[in-house]
Amino acid sequence: MYGWLWRHLPGPVAVRVALCAVLAAAVLAACFVWVYPAVAPYMPFNGTTVQESPG
Amino acid sequence: MTAQHGRPARGGPGLGYVVLGVVGELLITLGVLLLGFLVWQLWWTDVEGNRAQAQIVSDLPWASPVPTRAPTPGPTATDAGPKIATPRHDDPPVMTEPGHAVTFATLQVPRWTGEPARPISQGVDRETVLNVLGIGHYPGTGMPGAVGNFAVAGHRTTFGKPFNRIAELQVGDPLVVRTEGAWYVYRVTSTQIVDPTQVEVIAPVPGQPGVAPTERMITMTTCHPMFSARQRYIVHGVLDYWAPTSDGTPAELLGGGA
Repeated sequence: MYGWLWRHLPGPVAVRVALCAVLAAAVLAACFVWVYPAVAPYMPFNGTTVQESPG
Repeated sequence: MTAQHGRPARGGPGLGYVVLGVVGELLITLGVLLLGFLVWQLWWTDVEGNRAQAQIVSDLPWASPVPTRAPTPGPTATDAGPKIATPRHDDPPVMTEPGHAVTFATLQVPRWTGEPARPISQGVDRETVLNVLGIGHYPGTGMPGAVGNFAVAGHRTTFGKPFNRIAELQVGDPLVVRTEGAWYVYRVTSTQIVDPTQVEVIAPVPGQPGVAPTERMITMTTCHPMFSARQRYIVHGVLDYWAPTSDGTPAELLGGGA
């Protein structure tokens, strides 16, 4: 999968490394801004209140 | 990157290696994304939460920062320092409960040196209050200074973690609540660890639901242990004194008071 990506990136090795780093940073940034906040309410980690039903 | 083990027949062993490789890379990718989620939760939400909550407090027209110069005792303000508010033990003013997500008070805890004043807003759900506004007030419980139980909840980790240092509180520590018109200085009376379903800790008389209250209490709830939501860490306190904000600043916030 990543091998396929690597072979299809343009330029010499240095350029491909830089492009991979940019792509990875972009994916992580997208996660930080959209994916993780959307997923977080469904994770059972952060209950700080007392309530009669589990939540 | 490709392994040449002889020409693979259509659907032969070469395809198996490819599938294995893709599955392996997907698993590694998933691992990296999960690690990223941890970093987001434990670091980034704090960065955003601290910034947002500091902005909320500075936007409050009635919550100017506490002066940090040496205190001047007495009712007259001089250039030598800020005025210390004289404690009052008569019935304090009690505001009505505001609408959901309205920020109506701040909390500052002298024991937590370096911690800024945190906003207290109405409601305790995560999406609209705890994750974005800081400390939440349990609807239906007492307001600051009321006979009953002023119950609040806050994150211990993530989203600015306003109650991160709750375990440092000792009996007698001041908890300074500020509303638009008055200071309410509470003192810690007890702490306990309970299950999340033990709602009696926020009853008007903590631990005794159905009993009519006679004291002005405060209760703070947060998760326990530190990175888990398995239990709740509870701190109870009782009102020590109140003072109008126009009278000055409580001595506890200026390094004084016992």
